[in-house]
Amino acid sequence: MKEEIIFAGFGGQGIMVMGKVLAWAAMKEGLKVTWMPSYGAEVRGGTAHSMVVISDEMVPSPVVTSPTACVVMNRPSMDRYEDSLAPSGTLIVNETLIDRQPSRGDIDVLRIPVTKMATDMGNTRIANMIALGALNAKLKLVSMRALVDALKDVIPPDKHSLLPMNEQALKEGARLVARQ
Amino acid sequence: MAKILMCGNEVIGEAAVHAGCTFYAGYPITPQNELTHYMSFRMQEAGGTFIQAESELAAINLVLGASAAGARAMTSSSSPGISLKQEGISYMAACQLPAVIVNMMRGGPGLGNIAPSQADYFQATRGGGHGDYRTMVLAPSTVEEAWNLTQLAFDLADEYRNPVMILGDGILGQMMEPVEVVRRHLNGRNAVSSHKPWALTGCKGRKPNVVRSLFLGEGELEELNRIMQMKYNKIKSKEPRFESLYTEDSDLVVVAYGTTSRIVRSAISKARHEHLHVGMFRPVTLWPFPEAQLQKLARKSKAFLVVEMSAGQMLDDVKLSILGQRPIHFHGRAGGGVPTEEAIIEAIKDILKPKSRKRVYA
Amino acid sequence: MKKVFERPASLRAVPTHYCSGCGHSIVHRLVCEVIDELGIREDVIAVCPVGCAVIAYEYWDFDCSEAPHGRTPCVATGIKRVHPDKVVFSYQGDGDLAAIGTAEIIHTANRGENITVFFINNGVYGMTNGQMAPTTLIGQKTSTSIHGRDITRDGYPMKMSELLSQLPGAKYIERVSVDNPANVLKTRAAIKKALKCQMEGKGFSLVEILSPCPTYWGLSPKDACRRIEDEMSKAFPLGVIKDA
Repeated sequence: MKEEIIFAGFGGQGIMVMGKVLAWAAMKEGLKVTWMPSYGAEVRGGTAHSMVVISDEMVPSPVVTSPTACVVMNRPSMDRYEDSLAPSGTLIVNETLIDRQPSRGDIDVLRIPVTKMATDMGNTRIANMIALGALNAKLKLVSMRALVDALKDVIPPDKHSLLPMNEQALKEGARLVARQ
Repeated sequence: MAKILMCGNEVIGEAAVHAGCTFYAGYPITPQNELTHYMSFRMQEAGGTFIQAESELAAINLVLGASAAGARAMTSSSSPGISLKQEGISYMAACQLPAVIVNMMRGGPGLGNIAPSQADYFQATRGGGHGDYRTMVLAPSTVEEAWNLTQLAFDLADEYRNPVMILGDGILGQMMEPVEVVRRHLNGRNAVSSHKPWALTGCKGRKPNVVRSLFLGEGELEELNRIMQMKYNKIKSKEPRFESLYTEDSDLVVVAYGTTSRIVRSAISKARHEHLHVGMFRPVTLWPFPEAQLQKLARKSKAFLVVEMSAGQMLDDVKLSILGQRPIHFHGRAGGGVPTEEAIIEAIKDILKPKSRKRVYA
Repeated sequence: MKKVFERPASLRAVPTHYCSGCGHSIVHRLVCEVIDELGIREDVIAVCPVGCAVIAYEYWDFDCSEAPHGRTPCVATGIKRVHPDKVVFSYQGDGDLAAIGTAEIIHTANRGENITVFFINNGVYGMTNGQMAPTTLIGQKTSTSIHGRDITRDGYPMKMSELLSQLPGAKYIERVSVDNPANVLKTRAAIKKALKCQMEGKGFSLVEILSPCPTYWGLSPKDACRRIEDEMSKAFPLGVIKDA
């Protein structure tokens, strides 16, 4: 098993956190994992990404060039990463902010209005966790318990009042996939 | 203790604290900033000193002072900044002062880019600054190994009274991997290192100590060089470290270190699935280079392939080890490019099945 | 018979390598006299510069370090931060402090490092055959300004003490000279005051000492001293520049 995942969006959408929560959860489940941020000059220009590789063997390179799955939270990210996705890869699209359909026919696309859902749930900032919950359910990467547990490691202690809301978002994303 | 996720830069900082480092000076440069950020609060917590220096020159010389005063001291940077630090590194080698210097290499030459690179191999292993000296160079390939080697670096620096470099790259520094944060006792070296009778502490109850590298008297500098070379010979015989994988039955041995060795490891595992007799030799210490250990493999293996994120630098050391006994091929990416698994497998196949395609490496 | 003059205990009994009339010998001795007076010989750690005074440790009988050219205050800072209870000073020439080490001295002062700097200003690079220094006077002939320092080509003499005094981290800065007995005594007092400033934990202190270099000024020792009074101290006025 080896999944190479890119999370992409603009600053403030919790792109780094999304990857970190998944990475921590995978580690807790005994998998080999790497997490890699976009850094330096790459950070400029609006889009940020984080890359997570999960495997049952040692991860050779944390740099993902041909992801098996990609979560795109805004239009520039979709434009940048759609083509790099591996054949039959999974693309999770933030329908609220991305007004175009993916052009590729050989990939598995899941369009979810995560930003709108998050707003309806009371906090736009949990859109990332809805998307992560959906991705995880779709690919069956780790247990929901590990994800929820990982929130505590990634979200700083002074913001732990936000844990229940993030947990709810993860579960909402998972539920959405289960319903499909 | 449970594992936690940390990036290479931060792990090196925490490992330094665990190793008793009480002094850190640094200057901002990507991709090693997380280490400076980390030390800025961690040194304070640990009762040590953090100084954000006005330049790389200042940083290395602050470390020189702290080291002369007997502290375990560290600085870090990335390629262009390490070039600036060479002045201080040469002085420290000459003054026989320990220190740990971290280089998270980026693409060069010049300002280059911030992509991962291994193009500072020559600079790191050949001394880097002026004069006949060497720094020990440790090249971790995982975050966990960075944890271990950083602590070892402090012990080696004290034991040999010589600067030790941790040589990583942007990938190692930036990526997060699981690591178990526990103090490792490395061959009891820690006990040896705390006693520093040469340190500047005020001359109470003893003759004054002088930390110097200027020797104008007839034969004095030659004598210092003789002592240093004796030390380096001891290091060469005692300290080479390496890892070998499937080398006992390999027709081809791929030589790679650091981040590149991760990709090679994966390529080799795939190649072996295709029944290709290929193994890997990974130097952990780049200086001293595990020359004798690699040389032994020349008896069994038919060829070698060196893979680096450079135009071919470690390649020279491999050639010096193999001494023309076997053909040595090269696959490298310079300027921030990262060799892909596919390209490495293709290179392996080209060497092991030469009839299938004509292509010349190295 | 009463002894009226003797070698300070901190000063080793070795012949000097300095040229006749050089100010370093006087300042070396003054530093030792003050260290003896304050009873801190075993608590002092000095950092010697690249320049004529690089082997000051041949004369000083206390812990010393060399430093790369200009990085003298960095090395002193590193030592002081590790041993805050020791008395740490750097001893620097004008090339070391005002040229190659300009950034270092400014930032050391700006961080308010609790160290003391003795800045020997003789307006030339003595160790490397008398080249022009940042502090060389306008019109002064040196081996790299054979027709005299020309402001259109070489810029102006740099007043480092005045410049450093602008920084809040600098607590005590005084310019003195060693061209006559009265000024030597003032220099001694300034050295003492600077070290006490550090011992009281007040912060960065610096004493700039106008010092003769008869060899590269092409003057007799006596005329070199006269030049300090007639010319050098006009461009670099003596006195307390900052005492915060």
